[in-house]
Amino acid sequence: MTWIPEAASNLASKVDGVLLVITLISIFFFVLITAVLIYFAVKYRRKSEDEETPYITGSEPLEIIWTVIPSILLILLFVHAYVVYKDMRTPPKDAVDITVTGKQWLWTFEYYNGKKTLNELYVQQNRPVRMVMRADDVLHSFFVPAFRVKQDLIPGRYTQLWFTPTKIGTFDIFCAEYCGTGHSAMLGRVIVLSPEAYDIWEKGVGTDGGGAVASLPPAELGEKVYKGKGCNACHSVDGSVVLGPSFKGLYGREGVLEDGSSYTADENYIMKSILEPQEEVVKGFQPVMPSFKGILSDDEITALIAYMKTLK
Amino acid sequence: MANHAVATNVYVPFLEKKGILSWLYTTDHKRIGILYLISVSFFFLIAGIIALLMRIELLTPVSDFVSPHTYNVLFTLHGSLMVFFFIIPGLAASFGNFLIPLMIGARDVAFPKLNLGSYWIYLLGTVIVLIALFQPADTGWTFYTPYSATTDTDVILITLGVFVLGFSSILTGLNFIVTIHKMRAPGMTWHRLPLFIWASYATAVLQLLATPVVGITLLLLIAERSLGVGFFDPAKGGDPVLFQNFFWFYSHPAVYIMIIPAMGVISEIIPVFSRKPIFGYKAIAYSSLGIAFISFFVWAHHMFTAGISEVAATIFSFLTFLVAIPTAIKVFNWTATLYKGSIELHSAMLYALGFIFLFTIGGLTGVFLGALAADIHLHDTYFVVAHMHYVMIGGTVMGFFGALHFWYPKWFGKMFNEAVAKLAWFLVFVGFNVTFFPQFFLGVQGMPRRYATYPEEFESLMSLSTYGSWILGLGVLIMTVNLINGLFNGEKAPQNPYGSLSLEWQIPSPPPHENFEEIPHVTDWPYGYGKKKEVDA
Repeated sequence: MTWIPEAASNLASKVDGVLLVITLISIFFFVLITAVLIYFAVKYRRKSEDEETPYITGSEPLEIIWTVIPSILLILLFVHAYVVYKDMRTPPKDAVDITVTGKQWLWTFEYYNGKKTLNELYVQQNRPVRMVMRADDVLHSFFVPAFRVKQDLIPGRYTQLWFTPTKIGTFDIFCAEYCGTGHSAMLGRVIVLSPEAYDIWEKGVGTDGGGAVASLPPAELGEKVYKGKGCNACHSVDGSVVLGPSFKGLYGREGVLEDGSSYTADENYIMKSILEPQEEVVKGFQPVMPSFKGILSDDEITALIAYMKTLK
Repeated sequence: MANHAVATNVYVPFLEKKGILSWLYTTDHKRIGILYLISVSFFFLIAGIIALLMRIELLTPVSDFVSPHTYNVLFTLHGSLMVFFFIIPGLAASFGNFLIPLMIGARDVAFPKLNLGSYWIYLLGTVIVLIALFQPADTGWTFYTPYSATTDTDVILITLGVFVLGFSSILTGLNFIVTIHKMRAPGMTWHRLPLFIWASYATAVLQLLATPVVGITLLLLIAERSLGVGFFDPAKGGDPVLFQNFFWFYSHPAVYIMIIPAMGVISEIIPVFSRKPIFGYKAIAYSSLGIAFISFFVWAHHMFTAGISEVAATIFSFLTFLVAIPTAIKVFNWTATLYKGSIELHSAMLYALGFIFLFTIGGLTGVFLGALAADIHLHDTYFVVAHMHYVMIGGTVMGFFGALHFWYPKWFGKMFNEAVAKLAWFLVFVGFNVTFFPQFFLGVQGMPRRYATYPEEFESLMSLSTYGSWILGLGVLIMTVNLINGLFNGEKAPQNPYGSLSLEWQIPSPPPHENFEEIPHVTDWPYGYGKKKEVDA
């Protein structure tokens, strides 16, 4: 078990420094108070009913000592945490801007060159990134534990945070501000690439499921779309129900909608459910899916349906 | 300490009158205290059961016991019921009502009918919320906009219930302030007041000044939902963060409404079972007022990541550090009271010592959250959940349980089984730590709060926490059964089983209807234990 996720950004080790100092001071005071408490409780345990106790009502020097020492320590802690915070809130001039939009329950990332990814954020190792953030519907919060950064996304205004990823790898993105039914499914990943790999990704011969991958068979492309565009957050492929119906055996299924009418999950029904998901909701499910209009291309929808057909 | 009167008339305990109307129309502060005690205990148990259900869902990473929506409803109910229906009125209204007149040597509170009115308002609020349970909200107890303004669940009814409840809190606060100012027995100077009274006074001021703000905020939210007024909706020129400012302007002082009375309880229990004067009386008394005052200026420490300016965040962080100082002073003084005492580990004392231990953890982990850089990482994770429960359960609930065991003989005139009470304490103490201590680690590792499902890497600590909740639940169950059993089968309680010097113990258990045959003349403070040297005044 690790105590804290591996520090994977320039800010992380500074934040860990603050955490460590507070932890050590806390342990000191906790051990001190507990030890004294237990020592007194054992040593002065009542032995007989007519025990005499001294009439001690206080001590001014002690009051001064235990007011002044914690005060000094607290002010030092405050300053230390403030200095690191100031760093965390001041992005360097050469940071690359990436726009994040939070919407129930998807992360959309838009890059300077017009590329767009869902739930997966691609960044380059050792290059500072400034996230410019906005929410479409309700509050969300962008949280990457490995980077020790967190910032709420608020409808109607921009917020920001920045970091420099220092380790190559994949790190969790959590939504940390409660945003409704799918809150705990609003997960993403930061993928930190080496400069060379980032170059390749940037030029679009990508692996993000959204690039030029037309050479793939439709069902395989569909699987990439399923994983890359966030379908997998709410739809399983093994028959279990997460938030929405499982894709397993979905194609061709017949059933009843919320309003009592019946449906058949053919190509048109599936397309409509992706583009206007609030319109025809299957009985037993909640109308909580976001529209993928403008997010999935026609080709990608076709590929997704082809992928569904393979899930019997 | 007091020339209490010897009963010359026939002694009739206040519990003597029977019949439901004798309760619903009572203006006796002790009976109204019991009404609150029953009500808040009911909500504590309901909200506790809801918590156990949540922990069962969280035993595994996937959603297998209840749906994510149901989970969201459960944590909303758990939070709102615990906060608004149990912990805010908990000690302040139940023990406040029972103890304030008894401790200051009065026959009742200043406005007995208003006092009953406050309880009826509380009851009205609870009825509204019980109706709201049929269509429960899923917003979390904080009702953050814009989600609370747009969710399909019924937010209006539950917020209306909380709004109504606010009036009960305001009027009780007003009543207690006037009572403490005007009804003190002759000789009961401010510096002879029991520390529970100082704590109740600080709490009452907070209730009076802060509660109207949350009332207005919830009304604005109701207007936004039902009339479409855009206070918090950016599309209509509103600001969602404004709601958070309003909400925490009340809800942070409310944290101290919850904890300060418990600190008062601890200050009463420790001297009695140590047979020592309280150490640093004035430091403890004034630190209650200090905490109450500063608590009005720290609300935005809940919002460091919510888009407030860096300057605001820095100021609020600094003020938050200030509030730690009077809190630390109290802990040191309680501990010092034990020095050279004659300590009896009665169940009430065990809860008091448990309080110091757990509240110290709650307080120290609060320093992490007040520190800007650390809070950015820890905010909205299980670290906050753990911290808050160490303060609220480790602090307030331990104080509440301690108070229950300590004043039980006085209030009901019966004794409970002390051995069973100790066993229950042990289970509560162990269960609580097993439940909540792992959550500090979960939070540091990044596990966000309010997650119905969670990544597998958190499973071992999450299930450990669930096992702990079962021990805690068992402890509370045994304690409840023991206390209820004592009412029916307990031995008769003597007037002053612990040898306390405070006024309430100088009259029969349970006290007669108007408490004092003759209003006592107070000549000394209530902590004069131990052998005085000749110079001591």
